[in-house]
Amino acid sequence: MEDNIRLLINNISVVYADVIQVLKGVSLTIRKGQIVSLLGSNGAGKTTTLKAISGLLKPENGKVTEGSIEYDGEQVQNSSPEEITRKGIIQVLEGRQEFKYLTVEENLRVGTATRWGKPYQKDLELVYRYFPALLARKKSLAGYCSGGELQMLVIGRGLMAHPKLLLLDEPSLGLAPLLVKEIFQIIRKINEEQGTTLMVVEQNANMALQIAHYGYVMENGKIVMESTAQELRENPDVKEFYLGTAASGALKSYRDVKAYKRRKRWL
Amino acid sequence: MQKFQFHPCGNFKESYYQELTIFETDFGRLWMIIGLILLFGVIPFISSAFVLYVLNTMGIYAIAAIGLNLLIGYTGQISLGHGAFFGVGAYAAAILATRAHFPFWAALPAAGLITAAVGMVFGLPSARLKHLYLCIATLAGQFIIEYVLVQWEGLTGGAAGISVIGATLFGLDLGNDRTFYYVIYICFVFFAWVAVNLIRTRYGRAFIAIRDNDRAAEGMGIPIFPYKLLSFAISSFYAGFAGGLYAYYMISITPEPFNLWLSIVFIAMIIIGGLGNIPGSVFGAVFIVTLEEVLSHATEYLMNIGASTGVAITIAPLREFVFGLAIVLFIIFEPKGIAEVWRIVRSGFRLWPFSY
Amino acid sequence: MEFFLQLLVNGISLGFLYALSALGFVMIFKSSSVLNFAHGELLAIGAFLFLALSTWAKLPIILAFAVTLIGSFSLGFIIERFFLRPLIGEELIEVIMLTVGLAAMFKGLLLFIFGGDIHSYPNFLPEGLSMQWGAIQIPSVYVATFIIGIIFLIIFGFFFKYSSQGIYMRSVADNQPAALSLGVHVRRVFALSWAIAALVCAMSGIVLGIINGVNVHNLSAIGLKVFPVVILGGLDSIGGAILGGVIIGLLETFTGGYISTSLREVVPYIVLVLILMVKPYGLFGLVEIERV
Repeated sequence: MEDNIRLLINNISVVYADVIQVLKGVSLTIRKGQIVSLLGSNGAGKTTTLKAISGLLKPENGKVTEGSIEYDGEQVQNSSPEEITRKGIIQVLEGRQEFKYLTVEENLRVGTATRWGKPYQKDLELVYRYFPALLARKKSLAGYCSGGELQMLVIGRGLMAHPKLLLLDEPSLGLAPLLVKEIFQIIRKINEEQGTTLMVVEQNANMALQIAHYGYVMENGKIVMESTAQELRENPDVKEFYLGTAASGALKSYRDVKAYKRRKRWL
Repeated sequence: MQKFQFHPCGNFKESYYQELTIFETDFGRLWMIIGLILLFGVIPFISSAFVLYVLNTMGIYAIAAIGLNLLIGYTGQISLGHGAFFGVGAYAAAILATRAHFPFWAALPAAGLITAAVGMVFGLPSARLKHLYLCIATLAGQFIIEYVLVQWEGLTGGAAGISVIGATLFGLDLGNDRTFYYVIYICFVFFAWVAVNLIRTRYGRAFIAIRDNDRAAEGMGIPIFPYKLLSFAISSFYAGFAGGLYAYYMISITPEPFNLWLSIVFIAMIIIGGLGNIPGSVFGAVFIVTLEEVLSHATEYLMNIGASTGVAITIAPLREFVFGLAIVLFIIFEPKGIAEVWRIVRSGFRLWPFSY
Repeated sequence: MEFFLQLLVNGISLGFLYALSALGFVMIFKSSSVLNFAHGELLAIGAFLFLALSTWAKLPIILAFAVTLIGSFSLGFIIERFFLRPLIGEELIEVIMLTVGLAAMFKGLLLFIFGGDIHSYPNFLPEGLSMQWGAIQIPSVYVATFIIGIIFLIIFGFFFKYSSQGIYMRSVADNQPAALSLGVHVRRVFALSWAIAALVCAMSGIVLGIINGVNVHNLSAIGLKVFPVVILGGLDSIGGAILGGVIIGLLETFTGGYISTSLREVVPYIVLVLILMVKPYGLFGLVEIERV
């Protein structure tokens, strides 16, 4: 086994409430220091994959029934979220789950829960350096912050835990394109400067593939394609279905439109 | 001849109309008819006076519990004032009967209407309050009503209460347990029928929508506040009507029984029976009344032994303890209540002996 | 004028007593959003435990006090572990009814063991604490209540506002899944908040017992009085609880003194309904931030 593997998911199946099978044999590998992006349409099982890693399936009555998740060589499937977070895997939930009644700074301090009692002042400064917008609002209630600020807040909150593996669920959800760009640049910067391994689940495939080193495409609870981000960007299928650009890269003219609709070849 | 419907071995509904039927099969209808025959033709004649008394209490409480279930189980508005509304109904009926000389058949609906009005007044905070805050506002309502019942001596007779002349209907004396049994259970069947059907109308669906997500319901064009008030009114009407029956049945009433504990007993009934389930409210009422009777007999029995053997006569509080324990155990082990147990048992019978 | 001043003093002392009894309630509500109807019974359990230890077992006062606090702390843990934990994620009304059931159980047990009479503690407060200005006098128990109350309120205020554990507790109340995703030990937070709340309740129960005598019915009635106090101040603010307590205390003594003694018991609820109509989240509560 290679040394530089952070997380190895080996053929897992996830079942909710003992009946609904969502993941049907997903395998993926995350190497240390990389950004891995997981693409796929709605309901493909991306969020479930993340929750299987972070242990958050449990409160939702879900379970990993087969396969294994190895984190730094240690099996962690079906552990409780308390244990997993203490090992260094932090998931940033989809849809900006801020603590509405806590101030921005208090929100960030909740991120220190996994290492309670240790000093955190340096980490606060670090987060404020990545997200200067938060510094200005540190005393105001998170419930009154804008969507962009909240996204920065929840990523920063995850950073406070000193994660070895940070799982980001749709950081671009509902944000203006410029802001999305900014946030992705910061994500890349965090990866480069802190050496944090990141896994990004995204609908915005274009953005995600620009910063990622490696990518996986999911559909119907299975991984259907994997490659380096570079290759995925150039793959005609990915271009057609996730990037929204035609094979030529420019807008298609009506003359070139083929009579048949391009099929997803992997199905 | 009509084709009989049996239980299908799956969910094959083809139209919304099928989804809305009360009885899935003709067997259900048959059982209901058998139940009604037992209820009116057999039970009153084989029961002793004491059993009739217990059954009558159950019937009265069941009507009020159905009302509360409409409010809590279907509309999602927690009310801790149902016991007080029940009391308002009892007093309204008693006062109308003694002061205004209303006949029995008019006093009951009038008591219901008066209680509905009172219920709407205490439902007003629901315009702005949700969840816990509403719960506490209704708690305040409970205390305020209790206070008025005790202190407004000119109207309510204060702590001494009021005595009601026995009920008569078209010259027929309803004074004894058996005739009153018919009055109570005819009302009960009627109110249960209304409640079951109310849930199937647009009003019922609006209530459920408000319970599940009030903001989404508002977005769908349901005016939340009028519907919440309507729910308070209907629920209080049930409580008031049941209270009126209680007043006529008990002959004399005092403010004492209509305290917070009664409100809690009503909520316990619908939780133990099953929230958002009309038959559940009935099961709950039956369970609680039986439990209370059993407990009070058991404590009496134990106290008699205690008196003879010299053990201190302090066993009475254990009744409260067991009552609390029953609530706690039900909530922890069967949060969906007796209705769910009943469903499981029934489907067990249906599938027997080939349960898969 | 003297009558007025005496009422004022009485009202404020009573208010502090209410605020002190409300502390444990706020504690539980702040971390787990549970409305605890067994609050009055927790007060009573603390008071009776102390009574049993100090007068029956004849332990020294300090030791009895310490054992009571430890016992209540453990009781809080036990209640959370066996009764509340199975209900995590269930509906609000079921949790409320569970506490109602617990209240009935505890009350039944206490009545069974101690009966419905008023018991009293041996007198152990130093006499020097009482104050006197002209005709107005404040008995030493009230002064002691005042001091204990202020100390505890400050400790709790700081705990929730600045300590990490306090912030974790608030985060759990705010958004449970998010707290879980960050590694906050949610079950530990719940258990801890019940334990601390039971401890505070025991302390308030003892203070109430010193002043009014120890009686199951009285103490459990005070558990219900906590609702208007806490709601007035906003369910989640400790400073608000003090102010709410003082307002209710003043209202009660002044209605009792000038209008009628029977109205005294309902006045808090009438005011409560009126205030809720105008300010649905109490005077100092957080406005619910709802976004779609």
